Amino acid sequence: MIRAKHVVPVLVLLGIGIILTMAVIDMPAFGDPEAPAHRHVAPRYIARAYEETGVPNMVTAVLADYRGYDTLGELTVIFAAGAAVLSLLVGRKLKEES
Amino acid sequence: MMTTVVIQTIARVVVPFLQLFGLYIIVHGPVSPGGGFQGGVIVGASMILLALSYDLSSAETKVSHKVRIAMDSTGALLFAGIGLLCLLAGGVFLEYGIIPLPMVPAEVRGLMILLVGVAIGIHIMALAASLFLHLAEEHDT
Repeated sequence: MIRAKHVVPVLVLLGIGIILTMAVIDMPAFGDPEAPAHRHVAPRYIARAYEETGVPNMVTAVLADYRGYDTLGELTVIFAAGAAVLSLLVGRKLKEES
Repeated sequence: MMTTVVIQTIARVVVPFLQLFGLYIIVHGPVSPGGGFQGGVIVGASMILLALSYDLSSAETKVSHKVRIAMDSTGALLFAGIGLLCLLAGGVFLEYGIIPLPMVPAEVRGLMILLVGVAIGIHIMALAASLFLHLAEEHDT
């Protein structure tokens, strides 16, 4: 049974779905060497990472050095989430004890 | 929680190797697959194994709540501190090569990548153990 209040959400969902499907169809093929992600800075990392950082593991060099800001943000997010969860858990225990 | 002497003996043998392996993965991050996140989780998991095979209080005595919180904050601060050190040395935030050490800039960057990995590892190992121990505490009491 179709209700009036369901029409608008279904239409919005269909619209978003169509847009997302079009975006997915436009994506480069999996592993395509000509994809924008593989042509931007990746060749420079591959060519220069070892001489610039002296670290044989290119993944770590990108993670901790070239994209250090991103990793610091990641650590900050985990720290904030952990601090929030721990304050909830420990705070409740302290409250029960008092 | 009931555990047997078999479980406890196996855990007692396995835990040091787990921790050594975790530290190896953290320190070997710049050379081989792995790094702070992965190694930290392994060291944290060794504490979880200890808590599961013995009891929560024995794991709590090994690393107390205060120590874990301190390690947690130390890891995050160490990473941010390395970034600020680069600012003090006159460079951009997290520009490791600028730090004045008696080494080639490439080697300084390699060293800082190692230190950042260790910082992440300290942070993650304390957090992984903390989350489990506190959630388990809720059920235990």
